[in-house]
Amino acid sequence: MIEIKNISKSFNGRQILFGIDGVFEKGKTSLVIGASGTGKSVLLKCMLDLVKPEEGQVLYDGRRFLLQEEEDKKDVRRDMGVLFQGGALFDSKTVYENVEFPLKMLTTMSESEKRDRVELCLQRVGLEGTGKLMPSEVSGGMKKRVGIARAIVMNPKYLFCDEPNSGLDPLTAIKIDELIKEITEEYNTTTVVITHDMNSVLSIGDYIMFLNKGKKIWEGDSQSILKTHIQELDEFVFSNHALRQLRG
Amino acid sequence: MLSIAGNFFLFLGSLLTRRETFKVYWERFIDECVKIGINSVFIVSIVAFFIGAVTCVQIYANLVSPFIPNYIVSNVVRDMMLLELSSTFMCVVLAGKVGSNIAGELGTMRITEQIDALEVMGINASSYLVLPKVLAAMVTFPLLAILSDFLGIYGGYLAGTLTGILTSEEYIYGIRTSFVPYNIIIALVKAFVFGFLITTISAYKGYHTKGGALEVGQASTTAVTNSCIAILVADYLLAQLLTG
Repeated sequence: MIEIKNISKSFNGRQILFGIDGVFEKGKTSLVIGASGTGKSVLLKCMLDLVKPEEGQVLYDGRRFLLQEEEDKKDVRRDMGVLFQGGALFDSKTVYENVEFPLKMLTTMSESEKRDRVELCLQRVGLEGTGKLMPSEVSGGMKKRVGIARAIVMNPKYLFCDEPNSGLDPLTAIKIDELIKEITEEYNTTTVVITHDMNSVLSIGDYIMFLNKGKKIWEGDSQSILKTHIQELDEFVFSNHALRQLRG
Repeated sequence: MLSIAGNFFLFLGSLLTRRETFKVYWERFIDECVKIGINSVFIVSIVAFFIGAVTCVQIYANLVSPFIPNYIVSNVVRDMMLLELSSTFMCVVLAGKVGSNIAGELGTMRITEQIDALEVMGINASSYLVLPKVLAAMVTFPLLAILSDFLGIYGGYLAGTLTGILTSEEYIYGIRTSFVPYNIIIALVKAFVFGFLITTISAYKGYHTKGGALEVGQASTTAVTNSCIAILVADYLLAQLLTG
């Protein structure tokens, strides 16, 4: 379980996040949604300590994460897997080496153990046989899959995905969403997905947090989001053409 | 200006904190020696050879008279190559090749979140990515300077003997006359220092890139410009320090 408490962040005097609180449960896919520029990615970076918030704390299963020495954060970091927006694959390494990288850097596994683990993860995301390809040789959807394989290779307790289906065609986007959902259930991870895709919201959102202009406006699940009528949330949810027609 | 200098020194400090295992650095160091050193052999060879040849022709055209012996040409070529051209000129060329490459690589890694991916894993990205580059440059640049010295002097030899400026014996006599072995130390020290300056300045610029492709290009340009300025300033200071 991940708890965020009173996270506030500003850049150059401009407030981006206003005291965000929330709880992301284990084994569930939690979504942070909102329009572009509402601070979703900043919130994720604060949770990962890639950006230092001015106020607030993040607790990973009760372990205080922020404001610790970097050495003390290592234990929590080992339990994290992150899928970045563009995949963030290392250009100079092959698909296999990208997935193997965390094992090589953070574990003392033997070569055969690493090979088995990497092959298992590539197989899990449907990319068996692609290990020798370079990131420049794979499609956008495959990059996301490799990113997921790298994120799960350390068997993480916490999985973070930053806009996992941005830039993908609708069919591939659905497949990536399904993969994230399956992995969450299979590995029993606490999964946090940053997205503004309503398809994801309705299909994989066990818990949803809606941000608007850096403030948490609403939280709930995918069943209640369509029944809630808050102006900002309505504007976001029903900006989707299909949903607008459904509402009539 | 002070804050930039402060941030630069903090960046240098970060290279030495939260280090990885020796094995990890060794593998990265060898990779970087190939990228920075071996891959620069061709450009360094071409530049050194022609600079040596041109220096020989120019010295002959401007210096030699009936009162000055021919061997002075190779004597001057040798000292120019050792003291200035093989280290300073070569490093200005390498600032363009290696410096822009480092800034571009790290800048791209920054904007595509590859550096964030390393940080999230608990790896000190600056130390993991930059320290091997700095060490590789500090090892390979002096070796490249030796190659450059040799090829420059050899270029002068070929230009001088093939065009009839001076005989082979005169050239050899010139490069052996009044030879000061300490000049080789000066060339090596300069290449060592310039290697450090080029890699750290370029890495600093690339590592702190913000924005997109345009900013990566700007970071590369600034890295090369700043590296060249740093080389020239350091060249003067080292000249004072080592020969003054």
